[in-house]
Amino acid sequence: MSAQRTAPVVTGTGEAARPGGRRRFKLSTVLRIRELGIVIALVILVAYTTANNSRFLSSQSVRDILLSTSILAVLAAGQTVVVVTRNIDLSVGSILGFSAFSVATVMAANPGLPVVAGLAMGLVLGGVCGLVNGVIVRFGQVPALVVTLGTLYVFRGITYSWAGGQQVNADELPRGFLRFANDAVLGVPWLVLIGLVVIGSVSLVMRNYRFGRELYAMGSSPEAAELAGIRVARNTVAAFVVSGALAGLGGVMFASRFGTVDAAAGTGLELNVVAAVVVGGVAVFGGSGTAYGAGLGALLLTVIGSSLAVLDINQFWQRAIVGALILLAIGADRLVAVRIARGLLRKDVHA
Amino acid sequence: MPDLKTRLGTWDVLVLVVTLVFLAFAVSQVENFGTSVNFTFLVLDLLPIMLIALPMTLIIITGEIDLSVASTLGLTSALMGYLWNQGMSIELIIPACLVVGGLLGALNGVFVTVLGLPSLAVTIGTLALFRGLAFVVLGDTAVANFPFSYTSWVTGTIAGTSIPNVLIIMLVLALVCGVVLHATPLGRALIAIGANDQAARFAGINAGRAKFSLYVISGVTAGLAGVLWTLRYSTARADNAAGLELAVVAAVLLGGVSIFGGKGTLPGVIAGVVLLGSLQNVLRLEDVSNESLNIVTGVLLIISVLLPNTAAAVSTAWHRRRLRSGAEGGAHVA
Repeated sequence: MSAQRTAPVVTGTGEAARPGGRRRFKLSTVLRIRELGIVIALVILVAYTTANNSRFLSSQSVRDILLSTSILAVLAAGQTVVVVTRNIDLSVGSILGFSAFSVATVMAANPGLPVVAGLAMGLVLGGVCGLVNGVIVRFGQVPALVVTLGTLYVFRGITYSWAGGQQVNADELPRGFLRFANDAVLGVPWLVLIGLVVIGSVSLVMRNYRFGRELYAMGSSPEAAELAGIRVARNTVAAFVVSGALAGLGGVMFASRFGTVDAAAGTGLELNVVAAVVVGGVAVFGGSGTAYGAGLGALLLTVIGSSLAVLDINQFWQRAIVGALILLAIGADRLVAVRIARGLLRKDVHA
Repeated sequence: MPDLKTRLGTWDVLVLVVTLVFLAFAVSQVENFGTSVNFTFLVLDLLPIMLIALPMTLIIITGEIDLSVASTLGLTSALMGYLWNQGMSIELIIPACLVVGGLLGALNGVFVTVLGLPSLAVTIGTLALFRGLAFVVLGDTAVANFPFSYTSWVTGTIAGTSIPNVLIIMLVLALVCGVVLHATPLGRALIAIGANDQAARFAGINAGRAKFSLYVISGVTAGLAGVLWTLRYSTARADNAAGLELAVVAAVLLGGVSIFGGKGTLPGVIAGVVLLGSLQNVLRLEDVSNESLNIVTGVLLIISVLLPNTAAAVSTAWHRRRLRSGAEGGAHVA
């Protein structure tokens, strides 16, 4: 833990002590290695699978992969915002289910509603769920793990007791809502476009805007952030609202894509989201990581899933692989952190 | 400091009192709750939560967590079905499942203590990994033809009484854990590790070894719970006990164990498990669906941490105000 905490300091001392040019280069290379690693893994995986079965790169298959990725990536972007502040949101799968079922029910009852209304409703519903999480975490001083583990079951339970075993079928939904998932603008399906916009804007805000930088500062050292005058309370709640709202948006995308929605929609999805985020290079102890890394993580997970199907490997391996990837990713992070810390120590001795 | 101690003392006692009041209420008001048949069911329902909650208490007291327990249960259950299908004898399968449980726990332990990774992230990873492996082992099929002598022992009662056989296992393990935590140097060491890991190290406590053994014990107990679960329902399935970690963590925190480590008592946890279990039992008797039950568990989990925290915040604020008014009074005198 201490090694990870020292890591962000590296750039600071490096800049102050001048010969830091090299150090900074090193650190950024290390960070780039993660994204590069995912891209290389993706290329190898796609090449291998395609060599075994050329159907894998057919336009239908690529389209399926991208549609699934976009839903997972939207949730992963929200999760990144929360994890960077040294919190976690395990309730996203349940929020997705709640939003998917609510929006599908409303859309089925009011066929005249435009798709935009559904999207807005999902965002708001999810945002309210996220607000509940954020307020309990911040003002109740309860660890995010406990709160969101609790609300994971509360939100799911509410959906179940409301749905009571019923489901919304595709033929009840307005045609425009279902077409939304399949329609494309300039060849890019709407869902993929939403995924790209979300990943892009979250990355941008976290990289270039004050709110985003404050989130990193909070994750690196909550105490220091508070002392530096950052409005930690407001930002923490906001992070959970963003995560909830994006999970709600993911619910609308889910409903539009699959058409048939019951209370179990998105069950267990939080594991895939956490895996995508961690594999994408977001440190579990906060303070570092990017939304586009998490997006790449989501793409890798989805491609692994469809490769298993195409290669005729037992589908049940997928969940085990998700778990193994989480362990691999946090293990690799630790290795990098230890190495940076050792390198720093050596430099200090020389100076 | 005494302030803190009395507060925790009262939380333990509070849960215990609430549990007893609730049991009295249920026996007198809820139809069929007090029957001996329902008592057996109640104990059988409590069994896996209690078994896993005991080592979980020790782990949380050292400031770590193990979210993979329910998946360990699922994997040992799946393994049990697989080995039984392969024609292995049940006398060999049961110890094999316990050993595998221990190995799975050791894997968690290596990641947490040797590699120094955060236990939350590690056990979320193994939660997915172990459950995935359970499905790899058994797929979505079920194995059901376990020997009657074993399944009937697990669901049976001691001859001539209405005391379930498994209650003995539960009591023995609870006693062992209670004695270890509250009456041995090791127990003091665990609390010290949770209160201040570094100080404990300087005091000569091998925190890594202690945590590693706890993860192994947690794995073995989850394996035992897997065996008993399989025999109780006479069904080995890969998705057995999915989500049980919520109930376990909820019961432990409800029992007054601090999620930050260093504080907690075993009698409190036992009261927490019994309260949670009997509450679920009553709701089930009142025909509340399983999914809705999860709302109750989830809310209890949050409240059990929220309430003491809020109480602490209120008491600090009150204390400060008293101090301030005391200081003003002093100024007047001067």
